Amino acid sequence: MSKFGDWFNARFPAREMMREHLTEYYAPKNFNILYYTGSLLLLMIVLQLISGFLLMAHYVPTSQDAFNSVQGIMYDTKWGWLIRYMHVDGVSLIFALLYLHMGRGLLYGSYRSPRELLWIIGYLIYIMMMGEAFFGYVLPFGNLSYWAGQVITSIIHAIPLIGPALTTLARGGPGVGTATLERFLALHAVLWFLIIAALIALHILALHQVGSNNPDGIEIKDHKGPDGVPLDGIPFHPYYTVKDVFGVAVWLMVFAAIIFYAPTMHGVFLEKTTFFRANPMVSLPDVTPPWYLAPYYAMLRAVPNKYVGIVLMAAAIVLPFFLPWLDRCRVRSSRYRPVYRIMIIVMAVTFFTLAWVGEQPPLPKYFLIERLGAVIYIGFYVLLPIVSTFEPVRPVPERVRS
Amino acid sequence: MIRRALSKVASALVFSAALALPVHAETVRSYPFTKAAAIAGARFFADHCSACHAVSSLRYNRLAQDLGMSEAAIKQQIMLPGGANYLKGMRPAMTQGQAKKWLGMPPPNLSHLGRALGSRFLFTYLTSFYWDPERPSGWNNHVFPNVAMPDVLAPWGGVYTKDGKLLKPGSEPRRVYLQQVADVVAFLRYASDPSVFERRALGRYVIGAFLVLAILAYLLKKDYWRDIWSGSRTTDKPSVGTEGSRTGRG
Repeated sequence: MSKFGDWFNARFPAREMMREHLTEYYAPKNFNILYYTGSLLLLMIVLQLISGFLLMAHYVPTSQDAFNSVQGIMYDTKWGWLIRYMHVDGVSLIFALLYLHMGRGLLYGSYRSPRELLWIIGYLIYIMMMGEAFFGYVLPFGNLSYWAGQVITSIIHAIPLIGPALTTLARGGPGVGTATLERFLALHAVLWFLIIAALIALHILALHQVGSNNPDGIEIKDHKGPDGVPLDGIPFHPYYTVKDVFGVAVWLMVFAAIIFYAPTMHGVFLEKTTFFRANPMVSLPDVTPPWYLAPYYAMLRAVPNKYVGIVLMAAAIVLPFFLPWLDRCRVRSSRYRPVYRIMIIVMAVTFFTLAWVGEQPPLPKYFLIERLGAVIYIGFYVLLPIVSTFEPVRPVPERVRS
Repeated sequence: MIRRALSKVASALVFSAALALPVHAETVRSYPFTKAAAIAGARFFADHCSACHAVSSLRYNRLAQDLGMSEAAIKQQIMLPGGANYLKGMRPAMTQGQAKKWLGMPPPNLSHLGRALGSRFLFTYLTSFYWDPERPSGWNNHVFPNVAMPDVLAPWGGVYTKDGKLLKPGSEPRRVYLQQVADVVAFLRYASDPSVFERRALGRYVIGAFLVLAILAYLLKKDYWRDIWSGSRTTDKPSVGTEGSRTGRG
């Protein structure tokens, strides 16, 4: 074995990579429960690839047959329901994990120097995921798919000058139909997925260049032992691999419970209107996005003017890119920044309130909540540079607390 | 979600109180969703609903497999004489053309309706018909105004006027009748989600298997991490290319 290993490693840097990324990648020893999210996201994306591949083997991307082919998976294909529920529920769980993963970054200041690029690549993955989710959402061609496809592609229409032409290009024609399904399938299964996979690789490489942050937000590389190894660092393998296996097992229990007992999550993970065939003649009373995109939809709706609404929504999506430079505090973690911690809690509550209100029908009684939510969301980014300059900080320990 | 549900319940209560309808006193929640209910519902459906409604996505052989019925039982009790194929989807007795001629519009295919509309709605809908001489069929519905479907269940449940007065009593006691409606709704729910019984039977084993894995992984993790907690292993570098000091451990 070792002889073959030597032969192999002379030609491919397997051992070197193993050392660099696993056995001699030193991660802080004080990771908490939020640090399971990274490995779980990787797992879920691989599961999406597998279930997506199997679904695609049965899917027909035409306006005539798409709905039936998906129902064929549910009714006539052996284990088809398992594969489809894995794929459908997987999306909602990925977004839940993404929000926890990003929330962790906010809580512990993981976006701060020197991890700006890590944050930006990660946030790009999130934005690409939104597109990936949208394309996938249209494919089963239920009535919700059809109208969601119409509404979202019509957002492009608002772009000055080239808007109408771009909308036609996105749909492959004047309306959502076979051409739309064909190109959305190609985008969903090939281009977008490849970009996401590449970005994930870049995200991990960037992480291993700068090293993981930790709940205390202090740099473990500042205190190294005589052998050059951070005193508070432990090798990722075996310590965190064995820990992540435990996390994966617990997570799969949750995933299985959802798939087997509540696959539609009462219409939240798989909406009731997706069980009607796409019908251009029957418009839905209200086209609401899935819960994970609803905050942005709520902000879009908060403004009565379409163009201003789209600008607000775009701003809401783009602003987090600038976080590393908007935060000016010398301390990273919210553990030692009481004011910043309150801001993050308010922001999280606002975000999920917007998600809830975005799912509601567009009634005047919700307008105040939508507008207040939009103001708080944007206000967070406006206030952060000012607050972080003056905010009080608690003393930060020299070494991580375990 | 909660608020929406609460407001729905509240409006349903107000609605039923205003109309003083006895039919709203019960909801489908009082009837458990079981395989037995789905089988009873399938039998009733075949006798009284299949004349007009197709369940085209659900094949008879799938029905047999999911509900644990024999091919002979399906052929005898569920499949309509003439035209129905054991390997194909559930089809109605009347053709689309006949349906259009007789009823004005073809009755909907009920494959996905159980999920699209939900059991609660279907149960309330089926028990909310009233006699309305102004409609061509003579029937109207509180939750689906001017619906084309007549009250097929009237012989069992009785005929009511719009304000809830009993015109003609049904042949069955109310409790038996409502159970029957709940069975049909259970069948429609199963038909729109045919993996439901298979899933529910399997789920506990899958979760159990992951639980065993989680326990084993936790014990392994605890063993590995013991010296991190004791603080003894923070700086020693694992030797390169050979087996680490940890791996030899039993």
